[in-house]
Amino acid sequence: MTPDEILQGLYDLTLVGNAPAVLELTHAGLAADMTPETMLFDALIPSLEEVGARFERGDFFVPEMLIAGRAMSGAMAVLRPLLAETGAQTVGTFVMGTVKGDVHDIGKNLVNIMLEGAGFNVIDLGVQVAPEKFADAIVEHKPDIVGFSAFLTTTMPMFKANLNVLQKAGLRDSVIVMVGGAPVTQEYADAVGADAYAADASATVKKAKDLIARKRAAVPA
Amino acid sequence: MHTTVLRSATREVTLGHDRRFCVIGERINPTGRRLFQEQLRAGDLSAIERDVAAQVAGGADVLDVNMGVPLTDEPDLLGRAIRLVQSCTDLPICIDSSVVEALEAGLAAYEGRALVNSVTAEDERMELILPLVKKYDAAVIALPNDADEIPMESTKRLRLVDKIVEVATSEYGIAIADIVIDPLAMPIGADPTVVCSFLETVEGIRTKHGLNTTCGASNVSFGMPERHQLGAAFLTMAMGAGLTSAIMDARTPAIVEAVRAADVLLGNDEWGMAWIGAHRARQAAAAAAP
Repeated sequence: MTPDEILQGLYDLTLVGNAPAVLELTHAGLAADMTPETMLFDALIPSLEEVGARFERGDFFVPEMLIAGRAMSGAMAVLRPLLAETGAQTVGTFVMGTVKGDVHDIGKNLVNIMLEGAGFNVIDLGVQVAPEKFADAIVEHKPDIVGFSAFLTTTMPMFKANLNVLQKAGLRDSVIVMVGGAPVTQEYADAVGADAYAADASATVKKAKDLIARKRAAVPA
Repeated sequence: MHTTVLRSATREVTLGHDRRFCVIGERINPTGRRLFQEQLRAGDLSAIERDVAAQVAGGADVLDVNMGVPLTDEPDLLGRAIRLVQSCTDLPICIDSSVVEALEAGLAAYEGRALVNSVTAEDERMELILPLVKKYDAAVIALPNDADEIPMESTKRLRLVDKIVEVATSEYGIAIADIVIDPLAMPIGADPTVVCSFLETVEGIRTKHGLNTTCGASNVSFGMPERHQLGAAFLTMAMGAGLTSAIMDARTPAIVEAVRAADVLLGNDEWGMAWIGAHRARQAAAAAAP
């Protein structure tokens, strides 16, 4: 197989969520001396972008998005250590979790897929994440952004609780805080003192990139 | 097999295993309805009257009322909504909130015997909500999840059902017949195994406790195309496994008709008299139409 055929295959098979085939092609690419960057930026990321675009148009449904994300994650498990070795700069690190008391994770997982698809290093803390666990993850991973997800009006107040714990731990200014979830609004995000709100997965990616660019521009290197 | 009796001031609805399925209309809920949320925040409750009318016309037996709007006084809003719904219809109400103060305000405003939605197997939730259920002589929906997890395996869910039943009956004096279990219907689009484990749990609850069951049926088709067909198939399968009610779309004829057809097929609409009656009513309406 030529490198071009491998790239086309990675793109096409990620699009339809064929995880075993994507993994096999990833190894084939490495065996053929292709760089991890090439496979990531010329095949996997464009494919996930297309998946996201189709989902937003209503042409793709939740299961298709999830299996495409799973296919990409399988490839990333192989590529991420190699990318780290070459010192390639990630777009940013994003710690994500559904707040304590809330077990809804579909929306969060879709956002994670799109973030990963855009080149972010995503650390997913799962569901029912206690404020302390967010704080610990921020200390451990030093993310650019932490994202709180809530699906219920009754669990949204955890945003404030999380922010209070970050404040107390002296971590609030070290990280950008984004919030989202079905019942969340810009107004609510402002009321609790989050840095940003995003209504859906692609808006999250766009705002996240924006916020990181602004932060990096503001701090002299 | 237990029966659960709900009442408004003038009408009684009974949930039970050899009875017609109880359709609980889900529509009076601001989740995912931005416009409705804004109206409620501005104190405009008029959309509720339309939602009541559409669900009554669609064949609902009970109406769920949820007023979970962020940054509002939910207890006040829920109390007002319940009074409004009761002025429009005599269907009993399922009072839906996870805010304890809102549940209490709703119960205080309600005339009749309500269904409270909901309590979980978490000790602190049971401590707060079950005394209210007892005080206002209501029935209660219980979710088999605790602080740690929503268990996926039916054996774990059934253990939590055991716990809720034990605590509610022996510590709070609630009649076992007044506990309705919601075994948690999850989206099939996110995990292809969730409906099978749901059906197992429903069967287990029927066999072991003989309790009534309910679920948020629309959740199952989330993220999928042709949701109505999936909803109709899900409900008929769940009824076969022993589900006795659902908080569901009562405005879509295809879904409600699937439920009523399953009532006939399961022998719960004896001789199909309700089915035949509905047919005649439609014929008469068609004949009377200009």
